[in-house]
Formats: sequence, C-alpha cells, structure tokens
Amino acid sequence: MLESYFPVLVFILFAAAFGFIPIVAGWFIGPSKPDAEKLSPFECGFEPFEDARIKFDVRYYLLAILFILFDLEIAFLFPWATILKEIAANESIRLFGFFEMIVFLGILLLGYIYVWKRGALDWE
Amino acid sequence: MESYIEPVAQFFGAAWPLVWSLLKIVGIIAPLFLCVAYLTLAERKVIGYMQVRIGPNRVGPYGLLQPIADGVKLLLKEIIIPSGANKSLFIIGPVLALGPALAAWAVVPFSEGWVIGNVDAGLLFLLAITSIEVYGVIIAAWASNSKYAFLGGMRAAAQMVSYEIAMGFALVCVLMISSSLNLTDIVNNQNKGQFADMGLSVLSWNWIPLFPMFIVYLISGIAETNRAPFDVVEGESEIVAGHMVEYSGMAFALFFLGEYANMILVSALTSILFLGGWLSPVGFLPDGFIWLALKTSFILFLFLWFRATFPRFRYDHIMRLGWKVFIPLTLFWVVVVAVWVMSPLSIWK
Repeated sequence: MLESYFPVLVFILFAAAFGFIPIVAGWFIGPSKPDAEKLSPFECGFEPFEDARIKFDVRYYLLAILFILFDLEIAFLFPWATILKEIAANESIRLFGFFEMIVFLGILLLGYIYVWKRGALDWE
Repeated sequence: MESYIEPVAQFFGAAWPLVWSLLKIVGIIAPLFLCVAYLTLAERKVIGYMQVRIGPNRVGPYGLLQPIADGVKLLLKEIIIPSGANKSLFIIGPVLALGPALAAWAVVPFSEGWVIGNVDAGLLFLLAITSIEVYGVIIAAWASNSKYAFLGGMRAAAQMVSYEIAMGFALVCVLMISSSLNLTDIVNNQNKGQFADMGLSVLSWNWIPLFPMFIVYLISGIAETNRAPFDVVEGESEIVAGHMVEYSGMAFALFFLGEYANMILVSALTSILFLGGWLSPVGFLPDGFIWLALKTSFILFLFLWFRATFPRFRYDHIMRLGWKVFIPLTLFWVVVVAVWVMSPLSIWK
C-alpha cells in the first residue's frame, strides 16, 4: 500500500532538483558582465528611490486569512464527500451523516455572510 | 517486455525500484517539455491566425523550430541578480514555480494503469502540491526587492488563492459522486450509468450532471494559471510582468515553463475529472490515451482562444468573481449534489 507512494516521493525530489539544471546551465553558458546600472532594480528608467519593502494594503492579509479558513473547510469536506454514498446506503446514520454536514456548511455560510457584510470582500 | 526488464532489474538489485521510477519520470517529463515547447508555438500561431496574421514562420518549415530557437536564445542570455535581491531566495523562487507543476504529474493517469503513483489520495495530493506554486510567486516577488515585482507578487498570490477555494468546492462535488480520491477510479466511475450501458459514455461523464462545476473549474483553472483574461498579474502596461520583472535568461525561462506546464496540467485534470479522461465517447471506439490527448488539446485550445478574444479583467472584478460569485455558487452546488446523492433520484448507485 505505502510503496505506491514511493514513486511520488521520487518524483517530488526530482521535480525540485530539476529546476536548478537550467539555471546552472544558463549560469555557465550565458555571459556575465554585471555593472551597477544593470543590477539596479527596474524603475521605469530613473534611479530607484526608497526600499521596495513598502507598506501594502491590509486586505491582502485579510484575504490570506480567509483563504486559510475556507481551504481548511474544503479539506474537512473531503473525507465526508468520499463516503457520502456509504452514508446514504446505511439507514442508521443516513440522516445524521447528512444533516451534520449541512449544519457545518450552515455555520460556514453564516461566517461568509458576516465577512461579506463587513466589506472584507470589497475591492475598490 | 517482462523478459527484457528482468535481467536489468537483477543488475540493479535493491536500487531497482528507484531506477525504474526515475526512468518512468523521465518518460513523462521529456514529452511534457516537448508539449510545453510546442504549446508556445501553437499559442503564437493560433492567436496569429485569429488576428489575421500568420504567426512565426521564419525558423524552420512553418516556424516549427521557433521554440528551440527561443530556448537557445534564453540559454545564451545573462542571468541578472539585482544588487538589492536576496540571492538564494531569488534562485529558489522560479524553481518553486516550476517544481509543483512537474511533481503533480506523479498521480495523473494517462490510461488504464499508465500512472507513476496510483495512490489512493491522488486528488488530495494534487490539491496540496498545486497550492505550493503560490510560494514560488511570493518568494520571487519578495526576493527581487523591486516595487513592481512586489506589487505584482501580492496581486498574483491573492488571485491564485482566491480561485483555489472555488476549485476545491468543485472537487468536493466530483468526490461526492465518484466516492474515491484515486484519479483512476474517478475516470472509471464515469464509465458507469444508464447511458454508458447504451454505449454512449459521453453522456455519463461528470460534465453533464456537474455542468456548473465544470465551467467553474475551467474558469478557475484559467485564473489560477494567471492566463488572459485574468492576467493582470503580468499586466505589461501597468506592472511590467509583475513578479518576473527582475528575471532574465534561464531564470525567466523557468517561470515561463512553469506557466505552460501548469496550463497543460489544468487541462489534463479538467479532462480527467469532468470529461472522462481516456474513455472513448461512444461504445464502438476503443478507450485509450489518444482520447485524453484530444480532450486536453481541446481545452488548451480554449485557453488560447480566450486569450485572443477577451479583454483583460479589472482586478476588483476578478476578485469579485472569485469571492462573491464562484464561492456562493459552488457552496450551493455542493448542497445540491449532496441532496441528489442522498435522494432516491440518485443516478450514482
């Protein structure tokens, strides 16, 4: 059972290492004539002023947090969705197995409506 | 076949599973890179003809050597690392953007039994590994230490994670009716049902009962790969290629390869999850890899067609579509499909 994951692990390691090959090749084959102008960050033709690590919109944080919440909900839905047909076939847990998740989705929906009403999803 | 492999396997002894996996991996990655190379040519040709031009036609017959010329050109260019950049992160960024797009192919079945890792948690693995791509973008944007790269990276990351939620809910719908996370089982389950028994398996595939989810998945896939009309991330007229602005030569090529490998991945997954993978649409034609290739090519053509047709979305419209349209729609459809599966009208006994 677990050995079917071995090729997947090999593939992940291979893919991670694979990206370095073109960079190393480009490093050796391509020219290298750096100068101060070439190495300065792109800024529409004039000298870059101040650091690039500037303040940015707090909405990106908010979005990232909302994403984590929703993504966890999805990960939580996965096992339930996989056995839904078994739940449907089993009389004793049929209603419980269904409404348990509807309640969960209802709570998720409440949170979603709250977030919408507070304007966290607005971009202007 | 077996009799040829046996002596080689004995030669490598205990290391054989590793060697055999590596051989299979190369057997997938080499054709994949050929596809990526010719997808770039196909894109320029298709968009060219749609705009009444003929596209690249100088390098080789019909421009067929153009991708190779592009590759050699990028290889001969200098890799510039800006003076203010975090050097190691600057190199890791593009590697992380390409790596997941390759690693995801470990669980993609090309035909019955043609899969490197036939794992039971295939779909979960895909969801996890494609989420890593966003790190490549963020790391590249941060390491560049350039304002354009930084703003572009924030945009790209926010857009990618937003559409991942809608994609996830669409996957939950597929899961409910196929009862398996294994991609081979998901395809085989689409070959069951009333119409499949009549020899019309095309009508049994997931795209009909899950039609809204099929559309949501396709559009989210385009947004997830930052392709037109969702390509504000690159927005050459405003933030000059976003997180890629400081990259040159092969480091830039990695982002480019990653984007196209991702397009092929999303197309192949859409074919597998909704269009029956390698199944043939009608009973009298044999199933096989050719069908998956045809379906994937068709969806790739849609990617190119959309790029030639639609104007670029505004960023707030993109976010509104993701959060205020797709999430409620998919959430609602999860409940609809759940009720359908529980009810006596279920067609997936």
